Amino acid sequence: MKKIFMITAVSVLSVTTAFADTAPSDVVFSDGAVMASLTTVSGDAAAGRDIFKNRKLGNCLACHMNDDMPKQQFHGEVGPPLTGVGGRWEEAELRGIVTNAKMMFEGTIMPGFYIDSGYERPLKKFDGKSILSAQQLEDVVAYLLTLKD
Amino acid sequence: MELKTLLTSMVIIGFSAGLVSAQADATLAVEGEVISTSASAPAFAENLDTVYSGWRFRKLETRSLQLDDFDNPAFVFVDKGIDLFEKVDGTEGKACASCHEDVEDFAGLRPKMPRVEDGTLVTMENLVNECRTERMGAEPWKYSGGQMTAVTALIGLQSRGMSVNVAFDGDAAPFFERGQELYYQRVGQLDMSCSNCHEDNYGVMIRADHLSQGQINGFPTYRLKNAKLNSAHARFKGCMKNIRATPYKEGGDEFKALELYLAARGNGLSVETPSVRN
Ligand code: HEC
Ligand code: HEC
Ligand code: HEC
Repeated sequence: MKKIFMITAVSVLSVTTAFADTAPSDVVFSDGAVMASLTTVSGDAAAGRDIFKNRKLGNCLACHMNDDMPKQQFHGEVGPPLTGVGGRWEEAELRGIVTNAKMMFEGTIMPGFYIDSGYERPLKKFDGKSILSAQQLEDVVAYLLTLKD
Repeated sequence: MELKTLLTSMVIIGFSAGLVSAQADATLAVEGEVISTSASAPAFAENLDTVYSGWRFRKLETRSLQLDDFDNPAFVFVDKGIDLFEKVDGTEGKACASCHEDVEDFAGLRPKMPRVEDGTLVTMENLVNECRTERMGAEPWKYSGGQMTAVTALIGLQSRGMSVNVAFDGDAAPFFERGQELYYQRVGQLDMSCSNCHEDNYGVMIRADHLSQGQINGFPTYRLKNAKLNSAHARFKGCMKNIRATPYKEGGDEFKALELYLAARGNGLSVETPSVRN
């Protein structure tokens, strides 16, 4: 009886946490970094790898070379190569850069991937939306952390 | 020792290859006539020393399509433009050719467009539609439609090789300034300006695309991507949608101002109409 009760409590908890993602406007930056995870589910690096190259999601490859993806034909050169980037930055810094790179690099061309306001004239279907969800953002961060020389 | 020399020369080769890849150092000779694809940048373009035609940034195969009018796929549409030019349309029973006997008389017009007339900024498309509605009693053509681009390509071709030389002072100044403002304004969910790509990053790859300066000296442009002629405004629209921004209206005040500003950034480049891009 006691056991059943505990299971119920746990499942209730996990349902509520799905809604407990930090909203874009509630993300707290310190020196361009974001300490706290935006979700309670830890990032999935394999999913992050897909998001990195997906043209409709991260499309990070549009601007960054990445030696971890030799099968991808086209790697951009607008930003620095991200090979080994997980060894250069702390997790919180990477989370900050991907969430809103302008907080780390003033005036950068790199888009903020987890902001839902502050941009002008968005196409209607993107109005009030962020490019990535909180979970997708954590997935990308988890993936970047695997990129070590 | 030997290894060291080898390494040094590899570095040098690597470096110079990097430099060359910024934009092809090639000569564009169309039908034997040399067309200049670079010029010193106008003084107002403070962040540029040299302006380059988009032709320089394309792959060899794409570039070579522009060298010979028989290979240039845009000429199918230029021929269509010739037919349209001679075709009677509208209540007045006239064709363009009824009044403009020789299309070659338009030589020298394209380098000066867009221009200000009585306080209004006017594009080539506006001139054509004005003749259609005011002088032929015909319906205006769609701004970036196939009939319009065919005829603007035909008219532009008459000035191929001439230097772009739009006026952006005097009564053009307010339009120029508006265009400049739009050029540097960040828009869209990706929050980028034209300058972020075409001024700050020309010469590098953005995924599969080699970024150019976004010059408009070759418009209307045949694109391999959609196998037709594209107006400058249609291209602006495409770039805005790529950064998930709501584009301004084709033929509207914003795009006309942007067109003037971009034309002025390319003052000194040769008219390349009809150019070929991917
Ligand atoms: C439009 C181009 C563009 C896109 C798209 C882009 N970035 Fe960037 N990124 C940059 C630039 C440029 C910099 C260098 C910062 C600056 O502006 O000085 C940068 C810097 C970074 C850095 C710091 C790298 C270092 O070594 O210092 C990381 C990490 C990064 N980006 C990750 C990403 C990820 C992950 C994505 C996709 C979710 C992404 N970027 C998408 C342009 C881009
Ligand atoms: C995210 C980067 C990006 C932004 C921002 C951008 N463009 Fe582009 N643009 C491109 C790419 C990529 C191409 C195709 C390759 C090239 O010519 O650069 C292109 C091509 C062009 C061309 C065709 C050049 C030619 O030689 O035919 C013009 C004109 C142009 N852009 C204008 C604009 C204008 C105006 C804006 C701002 C409203 C803009 N672009 C914003 C990426 C961008
Ligand atoms: C009834 C005679 C008439 C017809 C038909 C006509 N036009 Fe015109 N067009 C004119 C006149 C008159 C002008 C003004 C001439 C001037 O200012 O030099 C003009 C001006 C122009 C100009 C601007 C020339 C310049 O140097 O400023 C263009 C371009 C033009 N016409 C294109 C066309 C096209 C294309 C058609 C057919 C769709 C056409 N016209 C049909 C009479 C005509």
